[in-house]
Parts: sequence; C-alpha cells; structure tokens
Amino acid sequence: MTTTTSALGGVVRRKEDPALIQGHGVYVDDLKLSGELQAAFVRSPLARADISSIDTAEAAAMDGVVAIYTADDVRHLGDLLAQVPVGKLRPLLADGRVNHVGEAVAMVVAETRAIAQDAVDAILVDYEPLTPVVDMMEAASDRTKVHDDLDSNIVFSWAAHDWWGGVIDLPDPRPGIEAAKQRDDSVVVSLEMKNQRLIPVAIEPRSVVASWNPGYARFEVYSSSQIPHALAGALGKTFGLASNAVHVVAPEVGGGFGAKLNVYCDEVLVCFASQQLGRPVRFTETRRESAVSTIQGRGWVATTTMVGTRDGEILGYELEGVADMGAYTQNFTVVIPLLGLWVSAGQYDIPTYWKVDCVVTNKPTTDAYRGAGRPEALYYLERTIDAFAREIGMDPTEVRKKNYWQSDQFPATNNTGLAIDTGDYAKAMDLLLDQADYAALLEEKQAAQAEGRLVGIGISSYVEICGFGPSVLSEIGFGWNNYGLPSSFSGSGLVRVNPDGSATVVIGTGPSGQGHETTWAQVVHDQLGIDYDRIMVHHGDTTESPMGIGTFGSRSAAVDGAATYEACQKVKAKAAVIAAHLLEAAVEDIAFGPGGPHVVGTPGHVIGWHEIADVAYRPHTGPDGMEAGLEAHAVFSPGNATWPFGAHLALVEVDRDTGDVEILRYMAVDDCGNRINPMIVDGQIHGGLAQGIGQAMFEEAVYDETGNLLTGSLVDYPIPTAGDLPSFELEHTTTPTDVNPMGVKGIGEAGTIGSAQTMVNAVVDALAPLGVTNVDMPLRPQKVWQAIQDAQA
Amino acid sequence: MDVSMTVNGKAVSGGVEPRTLLVHFLREDQLLTGTHVGCESGYCGACTVHIDGVPTKSCMVLAVQADGADVTTIEGLASNGDLHPVQEGFWERHGLQCGYCTPGMIMQAAGLLEENDNPSEDEIRHGIEGNLCRCTGYHNIVKSIEYAAAKMRGETPPAPEWEVAE
Repeated sequence: MTTTTSALGGVVRRKEDPALIQGHGVYVDDLKLSGELQAAFVRSPLARADISSIDTAEAAAMDGVVAIYTADDVRHLGDLLAQVPVGKLRPLLADGRVNHVGEAVAMVVAETRAIAQDAVDAILVDYEPLTPVVDMMEAASDRTKVHDDLDSNIVFSWAAHDWWGGVIDLPDPRPGIEAAKQRDDSVVVSLEMKNQRLIPVAIEPRSVVASWNPGYARFEVYSSSQIPHALAGALGKTFGLASNAVHVVAPEVGGGFGAKLNVYCDEVLVCFASQQLGRPVRFTETRRESAVSTIQGRGWVATTTMVGTRDGEILGYELEGVADMGAYTQNFTVVIPLLGLWVSAGQYDIPTYWKVDCVVTNKPTTDAYRGAGRPEALYYLERTIDAFAREIGMDPTEVRKKNYWQSDQFPATNNTGLAIDTGDYAKAMDLLLDQADYAALLEEKQAAQAEGRLVGIGISSYVEICGFGPSVLSEIGFGWNNYGLPSSFSGSGLVRVNPDGSATVVIGTGPSGQGHETTWAQVVHDQLGIDYDRIMVHHGDTTESPMGIGTFGSRSAAVDGAATYEACQKVKAKAAVIAAHLLEAAVEDIAFGPGGPHVVGTPGHVIGWHEIADVAYRPHTGPDGMEAGLEAHAVFSPGNATWPFGAHLALVEVDRDTGDVEILRYMAVDDCGNRINPMIVDGQIHGGLAQGIGQAMFEEAVYDETGNLLTGSLVDYPIPTAGDLPSFELEHTTTPTDVNPMGVKGIGEAGTIGSAQTMVNAVVDALAPLGVTNVDMPLRPQKVWQAIQDAQA
Repeated sequence: MDVSMTVNGKAVSGGVEPRTLLVHFLREDQLLTGTHVGCESGYCGACTVHIDGVPTKSCMVLAVQADGADVTTIEGLASNGDLHPVQEGFWERHGLQCGYCTPGMIMQAAGLLEENDNPSEDEIRHGIEGNLCRCTGYHNIVKSIEYAAAKMRGETPPAPEWEVAE
C-alpha cells in the first residue's frame, strides 16, 4: 500500500451550516423530553453567611410544585468532583454556609419554569451574615479565613522550577537573577499588574435535561457540555454507576470558551431529581445565573521584574502572583495557573522565576476561560518586556528577537523542563513587521505624536501549550481520574465505511462551533477519497464514541484528529487488501485517491468504496480468511503537547479628551502548524482576538466590598459588539509539529493568548509621551482618561 | 388570553398567560426553536425576528402585544427552498461558528439590507451592534453581509479572503 501525501489545507463550506442558518440546529433547550419537569434554584444573596433556616412550606404548597430539595436531601451524594481536590470542594447545595453570591441553596422542581421560579421566590431563607473575603490580596493575607476548615486561604502554590514534586528537578533560578541585578551594566524594571476576572458569556446559557430509566438503570442526559464523556464519568461516579450507564449527549452547543468545560451541580441535581421523581428534569440557566453560578476566568494580580543589559539581553524575569480561585474548587480550578506556568518564559530563552499562589475568596469559582492561564502568563511577560525595552530605549521588536529561542534550537527545553516541539519565532515576527510595514508605522506614529495625537503601536509574541496531551500529566492531576476516567487526554477516532460506501466518523470531541464535522470530513476525504458529501461526522455522544475527552485547550485536531487519521490508516490497510484482490494486484501497489483505491499509475481506474464495502461485508467474495466489516478505531495519546506561536501588532489612537481608544489596525501572524481548513482556522483566530481585545478594552467582573457582582447583565458586562472591533489582518507561517501525524498544533485559543497584551502595550505606547507606564485592563475611557490626567498632574 | 398572528405566512393562534413572551410563544407553542434565548433582557439579540417586517427582539415583546402581527422567524426566511441571500452569505463566508446567535443575527442583517442594500462596513457594524456574537469577532459576519448585499444588488460578491490570500 502506498500512502497518499496529505493534501489538506483546502477551504470547503461547513457541513454544520445548512441547519444552523435555517433555524434547524438542535440545542439542548430545543429538545423536549416527554413529561419533563423544570428546575429552578434559590440562590444566596450574600457572599458569606450561615444559613439558619430554610422555610419551604409556602412554596411546597403551590400548585405545580413537585419537589423541593436542600442539602439534607443530597448530602449523601458527596461534594461536586474536581480533578485536583485541594481547597474546598463545592457542596451540591449549600450545606449550612454560603460562600458566594449566587450559590445554590435549594432546588425547586415544578411543572413549568414559571411555577418553579414563583416557588423559588416563595422560599424563605434566614441567613446570619459573616464578613466576606472579596479581595484576593486580602485573602492572601489570611486575616480572615474563607473556610474554617482550611489552614490558609492560600490553598496551593505553583513555581515554574518546581511544579512536579521533584519529578522535574530544576535549580532555583533566583540566585542567578539576583546576581544579574547586581551587575553594573544591568537595568531592572518592575510592574504591578492586574489581570481581571472575566465572565465567559457563551451566548447559549447552559442547559441540561436528565432522565432516569429505572428499568434500564440508566441516565439519559442532554447537556450543553464541552466534555460529554467526562460528564458521564463524573455522574457515574457520583451515583455509583459505571460510566456506560450514563448516556450523555451534547448536541449543538452554543459557545463554550471553557464555561462548559466543567461538571456543574445542576447537572448532578437534575439527575438526582429525575431518579427521585421518575420524570425527566430540566434546568436552563438565566443570563444572570450564568454570571454567578457558571465558572469565571482569570482574576490574577502579579508583580513582575525584568533584568537585562542595555543592549537588550534579558538576564532574568521574575513573577510573583496571586490567582483567585473563588470559593470552591471545581474541575481544573487549581490547575489553571499550571497552564500559565508552562509558558511563563514565552518564546524566550531566559532565566525565569515564576510563582503563583492560589487563594480562595468569597466569589464564584474560577476555572478555564479561553486560554486558561496562558493569556495571564503571556500578558505579564509581554507587558514587562515592553517596559524593559522602553527603559533601555530599544525597539520592542528588537528586544524580543534578541531573546527568542532560535529555529535551530528545537526541541527546546524551556524553563519548566518541558520540551517545546517546533518553532520559528523570528520568522513570524519578521512576517508581521513586513506585513505591517513597521518602519512606515513608526514614522506615522512619530508624525502623529508631533501633532500632539496619542498614537501607539503594541507588539506581542506568544507561545502556547495545547493539544493536550501526554497521558503522564494525569499523574499530577491534569487528567480525568477524579471523574472516573483513567483515559487521560487521549483522542478517539472511529472510521466506519458503511455497506453503501459512505463513511461515518465518530470522534470523542464536544465542539461548540469549531466546525468539527467539516474538518474531520476533510481529513477522512483526504485519506480515503470518499466524497466529502458522503462522510457524516458524529461527536458529543458517549455511547457512539468509545471514549472521548471533549473540546478544550485547542486539542481536538491535534489529538482526536490524529486518532481519526490513524483509524483511516487501518481502514486503508484493509481496503488495500480487498482492492488488491479485486484488481489482482499486489497490496503494495494499491494507492488511494479521489473516489477510492486504485493501482499505482492508473488513478483513473478506481474501485469505488461501495465495491470495497460490498466485499468487506460479504467476506466470501474477498480474500481468504478476511475478517468481515470495514471500520477501525484508534486512540491517540501524544508524546508531547503542541506549542503554537505567533506575533501580534495593534495600532491605536487614544482620544486625549475622552480617553476613548480607537483600534486603527490589528494584525496577527499565527503559526498552528499545518492548517486543515484555513477558513475555519482564521475564524478561530478572529473569535480569539475578540475575546482578548474584549478583556483589554471592556470586560470585568466587578464585585463590591460585600461580594455582590455588579456586572451580572450584558449591559454592565459589555462584551465586544461589531461596532467595537476592526476587521482583522491575518497572516500565518507554517511550522508543523512532529507530535502527531498531521503536523497540526491547535488554534482555538491563540487569538486570545496573543491579544490582550498587544492592546495594552499599544495604549501604553500611545500614552508613553505623557509619562504613563502602566494602565490596568479593562481600558475603558474613564480609566484611560484618568491615567492621562494623573500623568499630566 | 387568546392570541392570533401570522407566523411565517401561516395563521396561528393559542392561549397564553399574559406574561408569556413572544419568544416563548414561538419556541414552546409554535415549536419554532430556531429563535434563541440568550439573555431575556434585550441585549444579545439571539431572539430577533421580524414583526411586520421590522427586526425586533422577541424577548422584549409579550405574545399578546404581537396579536394580529405578521411575524417572520428564521425558519420562514428562505423561500421555496431557496436560501435568503443573507443565509447564503453566512454559509459562503463563514459567518457563524456555534450558530446560537446566528438566527437573530441573520434576521437583523436581512432587515438592515432591506433598508440599505449597499451599506459601508461601518454601517454594517453599527447596524448589527444590538446582536452579540461571542465566536466570530464579527469579522466574517461583516463579510457575509457584504456578500448578501452584493447578491441583493445583483452584483458578484467580493472574493473570499482565503482565496485572495492563498
């Protein structure tokens, strides 16, 4: 058999779209199960309080109310599961104490959603208020403890040179960095920066409906989840069932961004209620509930220091930070800083000391939000490099290039002991500067400044770690063991050639807009030659896919894609035997092209897949001893993560009188290795940029001193609108990875990881002539205006 | 209370609670689930439908307020199996990812192009400001609407960026 060279990289219209543009897509709240009941939750109005009583009598007597549950009813199920269960685990319903505004205290199940909500309003909860710990630095001081049963509010600490309990044994870089600071020729800069809390805001609120069948002893669960298999595992573990007794389906999912990469109490509780009541039970969150009971992201403060020489050599970088976990540990809460740790030195070969303390506060849980730890780490690093460049009077692009890992140094073992697979960082930066005509931009900026206009250029480089990932990471809790899934981060691809020659592909992902049906059909079409239109891709279903981990961390193509590629090779191996039999040729002489297999050199004489399938399913017509059927399954466990990278540039103008920031241009060069569908890749970058720019410019989860979220609606929490953003200018370089057979790295988060610091660097550059050195995100006009006033005072 | 209206060209009626929102009447009584609920407060626009030809957020309208109205939802936008140019544009120019905001966005864009079939990029961006998308960064939504506008004017749409770039 001859393997065809991969011809991926084509643009095809998405398979997903005909349903979605005509209103025929089916999301969880569009599905109705016969006889379903509706759940609603009583939520705490206080950030920290003891519950002295819950009076449900009036609510229970209302027509249409079927059941009301409190902690007493569900305590036996245990707390919500988490992968790294340090800190405080979340009770399914508040058990005597509430620890953040919005925490669920009681669940009502009723015939309609309106009745359930009316009953929620009729439940009286008496609280004894306690002093909440809202500010993360206050939490870190341990003056007031959030949880009585924890020794400290600091529940975990991550250090880049010592993150794996001695398995990777790296020297403490601090003495070397200290020595560099003492050098006569060194320059030291320091910054204190906030990376504010964010609300993910998937436009589809989370929704789940569960049905327990006592005869089958099985749950059917439809959930707007990025991780259907993990949800099945967690529910199975919670209810004492095998994971295969929980059938989870994630149909169309209306955006995730990490918010749906979690198992939530409501998902457990609707299962519980269905088991109790013998009817399906549904919960769909409101937008306000989404803001307080679904996970939030980011929420770090850090002080950074950089030391280097006047000619731009960086001699050391230090970061000491605090990350806000919120009140309770959920899925990957405490692991998020680890993702930042791995890219703490970015694209640079520089001594790096990096330590982040994880603290609990009386706020909702934080967890993975697009980028998850990596945007925070890159934000701090790239802001600090700009400050260093400004201090020594060197162009920020030159400082970066001077300290990059060079293209001949890969695989490059970084400051955390991990090996970066492949990279060519200077190439991406050079392309960016070329496309931007950087020299002309600098002149434009100077000319504008000469007129008194505040124009700035922001630059950032980033490297990302994604495509999770190596199963060995489960040893430190970065896996799925605590959901009862020892399968770690492996990808799954099942390729079945049906008796009519069409193909069904089943993958272990849980996409929420990433176009997997299209991309995987391209892969299978490319490998087997089956018509694109005759390939159907299924995902998000735990009984269809033998295993799966889900869609997050820019992993799907690199892992489940690779598994599918491997499954295709197995199908081809068998098809080649059948084709050789039919063509009376040697197996080695069979090649695959459009339409199906053929003998090398005669691509016009193709045996159709329906002919191959016909033999495969009627084995007496095939070669002696052939096993019947034509399908293969592969599980792919990569040896390393993948490390995409890129360089971004923003040109902005700040209105001196109003503080308003206008984005004049935004350019990005991203390298995600080979691109399967450039249209989809670009779309992922666009969306990622919007979220990074959204953080830089607009978004912040603001709490008052009592722990009340002041930004719980979309008017207080402004995500970018079309009028806020420019058209983006994208370019790419292509540096394939050797970690998987398709050479793909992942692109889901790159735009976000590269953009927030690019924007802030641009605004600080614009304000630098006034003496401004730092403005914290979000760069809303009032804050920028104030920075201008302060600088001029 | 009884309400009657025309939905996608068909006369429909039903009994509703006074507090029933039009979006819930469409989704739950008429089983037209293409109109989505994103915030129930008028900010996100996922529930946008046409009422008497005007794009309207159906979570801000009570079902009884739409009594007698002519309502078009995303399910009724294509005619005789032919996609509306805006639907075609979103498909051709990758104007959607998760698809949740898409029905509302398409209805809003269709209304915008009814008013002005040759909008500038700026007019498109401001014309869809009331509809939030968290996936696309709006870049390809703008391209999709430009595609549709060209089609509606009887012109050849601008080539896609990915072919220009390659």
